[in-house]
Amino acid sequence: MLAALFVGFAALLVVTSLMVVLHKNPVTSALFLVLAFCSLAGIYLLLRAEFLGMVQIVVYAGAIMVLFLFVIMYLNLQHDVETGLQIAVRRGIGWFVGALLLLTGAALLKRGWALGPANEVLPGAENGNVASIGRVLYSRYLFPFEITSILLLVAMVGVIVIARGRTRAAVERGAVAGAVEGGR
Amino acid sequence: MAALWDIPAVQTATWAFVKAMIILNGMLGVVSYLIYAERKICGHIQARTGPNRVGPLGLLQPIADVLKLLFKEEFVPANANKVIFHIAPILAVFPAIVTFAVIPMGPPPTYVVTDINVGLLLFLAMSSLGVYAITLGGWASNNKYALLGGLRSSAQMISYELAMGLSTIPVLLKSSTLSLVGIVEAQAGWYSIPGTPLALPNWGIFHWYLVLPFVIFLITAFAETNRAPFDLPEAEGELVAGFHTEYSSMKWALFFLGEYMNMIVISSIAVTLFFGGWHGPGLMFGTNGWLSEGPGWMGLIWYLVKLSALMFFFIWVRWTFPRLRYDQLMGFGWKVLLPASIVNVLIAALWLFARGGM
Repeated sequence: MLAALFVGFAALLVVTSLMVVLHKNPVTSALFLVLAFCSLAGIYLLLRAEFLGMVQIVVYAGAIMVLFLFVIMYLNLQHDVETGLQIAVRRGIGWFVGALLLLTGAALLKRGWALGPANEVLPGAENGNVASIGRVLYSRYLFPFEITSILLLVAMVGVIVIARGRTRAAVERGAVAGAVEGGR
Repeated sequence: MAALWDIPAVQTATWAFVKAMIILNGMLGVVSYLIYAERKICGHIQARTGPNRVGPLGLLQPIADVLKLLFKEEFVPANANKVIFHIAPILAVFPAIVTFAVIPMGPPPTYVVTDINVGLLLFLAMSSLGVYAITLGGWASNNKYALLGGLRSSAQMISYELAMGLSTIPVLLKSSTLSLVGIVEAQAGWYSIPGTPLALPNWGIFHWYLVLPFVIFLITAFAETNRAPFDLPEAEGELVAGFHTEYSSMKWALFFLGEYMNMIVISSIAVTLFFGGWHGPGLMFGTNGWLSEGPGWMGLIWYLVKLSALMFFFIWVRWTFPRLRYDQLMGFGWKVLLPASIVNVLIAALWLFARGGM
C-alpha cells in the first residue's frame, strides 16, 4: 500500500516537474510547480513527516507560488518568443547543466536507493513529530534558527529601504499623485 | 466478504468514505439553505420580507435557484484560457471539503472523519490553497475587471493569512497540540473564576488571553472568505462582479458554493478553537454533567448550535458594515492585525509560562 502510494506520488512529482520546464505558458508552468509541491508533500506524509508535508503546502504552494503567479500575471507574460544568439547561448548552457545534473543523478542512483525512511527508528512518533521538531529546533539548532530569522529580518528591512527610496525619488521628481498615494 | 470486512484498514476506509459522502451531501444541502437564510436575514435587516413566493415561507426557493442555474447556458469567453477557466471553480470548492475531514463534529471517533496530529495545519494549508481559485478564475477569464479582482484577492488573502495563523498560536500554546480533536478535548469541563464561586465552561473564549486572538481570527475570517466588509475582490461598484464576471451557470454556482462552504469551514474552526467544539452542558440529564457522559448526537447538536450562531454573525456583519477601501484594508491587515497578533502570542506565552502551565 505504502509502496504503491510512493510510486504514485513520485511519478506525479516527476511528470509535473518535467511539465514545469517543458510547458510554454508560464502560468501553466507555475501551476504544475504547485502540483509538484503537493506531491512532494504527499511523499513527506508517507515518510511520517506530517509537519513538513503541511508546511510545504502552506509555505511553498500557498504563499510563495501565489506570489509567483501574481508576478507572472502582473507582467502579463504570454509565450517565450526570444530568438537569436542570446537564446542559443542560454539553450547551450541549459543543455550543459542539464547533462551534468543527469550524470550526477545516474551516479547517485548506481549506488542503490531505499524506499521509505533510511533509519527505521522514528523520533517521537508516538506524540507526533511537531513536538520533537520544536524541541530540536529550540535546543540543538537554536543558533542556526536565530541566524535564519535575522537573515529574513535583514531581507525585510532591505525591501523597505528600497521601496522607500523609490517613493522619495518619485516625490522629488513631482511624479503623479497616484504613485505618492500608493507609497504611503 | 466477512473476511474482507475484518481487515481494520478496510473498515477505516469504508467508514471514512461513508462519512465523506454524508459530509459532502450534507454540505450541499446546508449551503443552499444558508443562502436562503442569508436572503431572509438580509431582507429583515433591510425591513423587507425576503423570498416568500416559492413554497411555504419561500422554503423551496433554493431548489428553484439551483434548477435555474443548472439550465443556464455555459459561457466561455473568447481568448480565455479554457483549461484553467474550467479548473478554477473546482478549486474553489475542493479545499473547503478537504478541511472538513479533520473537523470534530461530535465525540470522536464517530463524529469525526479522521484525527491527524496536524489538523490545524491542514486547515491553514487548505485555506492558503483557496486563493488559487479566485486568482486563476480572474486571470483565465481574459477580462480586466476579473483580473483586477483576482489580483486583489490574492494580495488580500496572503496578507490576512499571516494574522490568522498567528492568532491560532495562543490556542495551541494552551492545549499544546495541533490536532483539532485534542484541542476540543482540552476545553472540556468547567473553569472556575478566581475569587468567586462561579464557574464558566472551560472554552477558549472564557480565558482572557484568548479573547483578542478570537477577535483577530474572526476579522481575518471575514477577509479570507471574501465577505463584507472585506469583499474587495468582487466590489461591484468598481469591478462589475470581480473575479467571477465571466462565469455563468454551474461554474458560477461552484464559486458561490465555495464561498459559503469556506464560511462553514472557518466558522467550524472558530467553534473548535474558541467555543469548545462539541462540548456543552448535557441538556438530556438536567444535571451539570458534561456531554461526554451523554449520548454522542448531543455533541453534534451543540456543535451545530454554535456553528449556526457564528454563521448568523457572519451574515449580520455582511449586511451591517460598509466595505473598506483597498488601502485601508491593506493598512489594517499589516499595521494593526499582524502586530496585534504577534504581541498576543507573546502575552499568552508569558502568562502560560508564569503560571507554570508549560
